[in-house]
Amino acid sequence: MSALNLSNDHRSSDIAIDKVVLRYGKGESAVLALNGISFHVERNEFCVIVGPSGCGKSSLLYLIAGLEDRTDGTIRVGDKTVTEPGPDRGMVFQGYTLFPWLTVAQNVEYGPKRKGFPAAERKDIVDHYLAEVGLSKFANHYPSQLSGGMKQRVAIARALANDPEVLLMDEPFGALDSQTRHSMQKLLLRVWENTKKTVLFVTHDIDEAILLADRVVVMSGRPGQIKKEIRVDIPRPRTMDIVMEPSFIAMKREILDLLKNDDDDH
Amino acid sequence: MSDQSLFKTVTTPFRTIPKSLAISVSILVWVLVVAGWFALTYSGAVKEMFLPKPEAVLITMGKMAADGSLWEHMLASVQVVLIGFIVSSIVAVPLGLMMGTYRIVQAFLDPLVNFIRYLPVTSFVPLFILWIGIGIEQRVAVIIFGIFFQQLVMIADSARSVPRDLVNAAYTLGTRRIETVFHIVLPATLPNVMDVLRVTMGWAWTYLVVAELVAARSGLGYISLKAMRGFQVDVIFMAIALIGILGLITDQIFRLVRRVLAPWAH
Repeated sequence: MSALNLSNDHRSSDIAIDKVVLRYGKGESAVLALNGISFHVERNEFCVIVGPSGCGKSSLLYLIAGLEDRTDGTIRVGDKTVTEPGPDRGMVFQGYTLFPWLTVAQNVEYGPKRKGFPAAERKDIVDHYLAEVGLSKFANHYPSQLSGGMKQRVAIARALANDPEVLLMDEPFGALDSQTRHSMQKLLLRVWENTKKTVLFVTHDIDEAILLADRVVVMSGRPGQIKKEIRVDIPRPRTMDIVMEPSFIAMKREILDLLKNDDDDH
Repeated sequence: MSDQSLFKTVTTPFRTIPKSLAISVSILVWVLVVAGWFALTYSGAVKEMFLPKPEAVLITMGKMAADGSLWEHMLASVQVVLIGFIVSSIVAVPLGLMMGTYRIVQAFLDPLVNFIRYLPVTSFVPLFILWIGIGIEQRVAVIIFGIFFQQLVMIADSARSVPRDLVNAAYTLGTRRIETVFHIVLPATLPNVMDVLRVTMGWAWTYLVVAELVAARSGLGYISLKAMRGFQVDVIFMAIALIGILGLITDQIFRLVRRVLAPWAH
């Protein structure tokens, strides 16, 4: 593996989730959050999970990241079974998780520095990814001086600079206003086209799911299980304009119906 | 600014006021205190035996500064405060961080710390004299006993409030579990830790005077006690004023150090 993977030759792996169960608590008061989830995310695929809040979609990401322990089942990323968190699985969180004591550049540099990359190489990596998310001018700012959208752009740059095999994204644009969210989606699509990382993205926004995904996985809640997987074959590169296309609207209706049935069940 | 809008500015909760106005009223409070002091003493409302005239305090200060006794006592007090404060902080900061980070350390220390924390320090002074004597070690021990457990609890609290996803993000970037305390928790809580140190420094001065009143042969508390026996109220006032001024100086130093060490936190 070359140390500096800036343009091509990015690392990327598949994700295999097999009969994963997540139960909180014990005995009578136990809550079944995930009930035997199985699916596969292919290498270089952009896969989006949609589902109602509380359906366990975020928990699933935390399990893949190794930040929580599953009750049963197996999760494999590339050729490794997940047992603990590691830099091979980058994550962008819903809340702001930039290190407030580091500048924007130092935040992006954090992963490569942990890996022991020499300073000159780290600088190239930081410059590349800050340019990629359009924040070169803010390299020496602290996170507290940035807007919400800018913070999440740095968080994406920070995750990618570490060259993970998969990128896990937990409603990363959920807290942003719709204007900013659209530009973030555009930016993410562009960055993804350049890196072709395997992405598993969680959202409750159906438009966002279809716009971004190669495949949408629809989940239902309590206990969380997979209702349907829908392949999105709208050609790329995609723009916001596709929300008007009949195929988009048909897909949106299908997902809405799936989620609505879920409501009726309860 | 018209009178109307200035009135509205100063009566609006949390609204910032012009800097010149802030400085003016900060000076005004001292002008009022000193003017009140003059009024009370020169009108004869309070006998000079209980409240000396302001200039009498200054004259005493000048005399003691000239014969060197002022510096000797001040230095003695500063020495004890610094030793006690530094010894306490060097142990309390890392231990407090561990206590806030690891539940096992918390479970081990909490019962003991919370018991000792509520014991009045003054009740231990006779015991310390019995154990350690009346040398400098005794006064240092009183200060350490007074501030250590408070520092521990406050630092542990701020370590405990570090956002979980900040630590999770660090894991996904390759931080190992054992590195978490000093790589993530310490910098994340540094502004808080600096504030805890600043506040407990003030308490250290309080316990110093307690220790010096009981058993000492030098220091600002000692000369106050000696002055009481000789009805030298001016000396007592001078000692109090000096402690106040020294407190003010250390407070400013801590603010400065905080700004240098934690430039990201305003």
